[in-house]
Amino acid sequence: MTAFLAVAGQTIAISYRVGGGALIGVLFFLSVLVVIPFAVGPDLDLLARIGPAILWIGALLATLLGLDRLFQDDRDDGTLDHLVLSGLSLEAMVLAKAIGHWAATGLPLVIAAPALALLLNLQPAALWTVTLTLLVGTPALTLIGTIGAALMVALRRGGMLIAVLILPFTVPVLIFGVAAANAGVSDRDSFGQPFLFLCAFTLFSLVIGPFAGAAAIRAAEE
Amino acid sequence: MALIQLANPTRFLTISGRVLPWLWGATIILVVAGLYYAFPGSPGAATNVGETVRLMYVHVPADWLALLTYGLMAAAAVGTLVWRHPLSDVAQKAAAPIGAAFTFLGLVTGMLWGQPTWGTFWVWEARLVSFLLLFLVYLGLIVVWRTMEDPGRAGRVVSVLTLVGAPLLVIIHYSVDWWNSLHQGAGILSGSTDDAFLTPLFLMLGGYSFLFISLLLTRMRTEILGRRLRTMQLGAAGQEA
Repeated sequence: MTAFLAVAGQTIAISYRVGGGALIGVLFFLSVLVVIPFAVGPDLDLLARIGPAILWIGALLATLLGLDRLFQDDRDDGTLDHLVLSGLSLEAMVLAKAIGHWAATGLPLVIAAPALALLLNLQPAALWTVTLTLLVGTPALTLIGTIGAALMVALRRGGMLIAVLILPFTVPVLIFGVAAANAGVSDRDSFGQPFLFLCAFTLFSLVIGPFAGAAAIRAAEE
Repeated sequence: MALIQLANPTRFLTISGRVLPWLWGATIILVVAGLYYAFPGSPGAATNVGETVRLMYVHVPADWLALLTYGLMAAAAVGTLVWRHPLSDVAQKAAAPIGAAFTFLGLVTGMLWGQPTWGTFWVWEARLVSFLLLFLVYLGLIVVWRTMEDPGRAGRVVSVLTLVGAPLLVIIHYSVDWWNSLHQGAGILSGSTDDAFLTPLFLMLGGYSFLFISLLLTRMRTEILGRRLRTMQLGAAGQEA
């Protein structure tokens, strides 16, 4: 458990040091949100209607940012070999890295979401609904992304390849996340069912992510 | 002969070389017969669904084969990760582009069918979207194969990604039942379909299946020979140095 917390804490610490990606994620989130109204026009009614979708797409893209380096940096400087030999199971190590990465990059997005939602003319009810769905849904995005990050160890490529591999698998999270968030915008949409599906996907990826990630690292390291 | 003996690549080359001409022959006979029953021998305009029903004979088998190929790749992925079966990663690598081609064919024929019957080439609904995702996953797998040089390691990494994508098959299969879908449900085996439609459909399904097996074995043979060539070249380069 000590080792588990140490890995998670180290991942958070590195993200906030010089060269870390924690705050770049929030900045990227803000940039996406600012760019979209320029593309679709400044119509406030339209922005309020598609606001939850914009926030979710921004969060999805911001989550992928920096994820390709999650294990690659550790591989390059030899830390990964130490982690593999540390006695901590590889699955637990991947989970610890994922939790650390989410705390450093996912959580700031959730905290920033209410403030940014104001720019999109979201009313208080919609604003808190979106934030709640992001709080529940972004861990799923990070955990699915962790599988891609683990694949990057073997692929020795960075950048956009992880997005190509991972985005198809994040679609269910996006569908149910936006569906639940839309309940705050219009009364016709129901909140309960898609929100429960979103919770289910997060729990599902909590199981799949560490095991698939560990299997990918094992395949790359031998 | 036990299946395990096929694990020897040399024996696989011998046996597959012997059966391949027969498989290709069966493919040609079934596809030609299927096309005959689908076009001159089929009641098209006479039915209430019109001439577009003929698209079913190329669309439905392509979709089934797209799913079947992925299922086979997932089974081979288990073979690679659990038993280190030497042919299963060869089979995966050979199957991925074939599966992508069937998925693409299914999407294109579906779009061509959608225009006259639904009035649009594309709608964003469950069955179509899940199939598009399957196509993207196939392309992602091909990209990973093309990114890594060592085929053994690439096989194990691709296997992980293949298994992560396997639940998509279940989603695609039940997508017409779970969501209110424009795409019609699976009604082909329900007994309500007339024999005049079933005959060409099953002939084409057989033809597509034999085409898949023939292409798969041909590509696997090429891949095995390619790997041997690579080993020989590496060995020769090592001796020169």
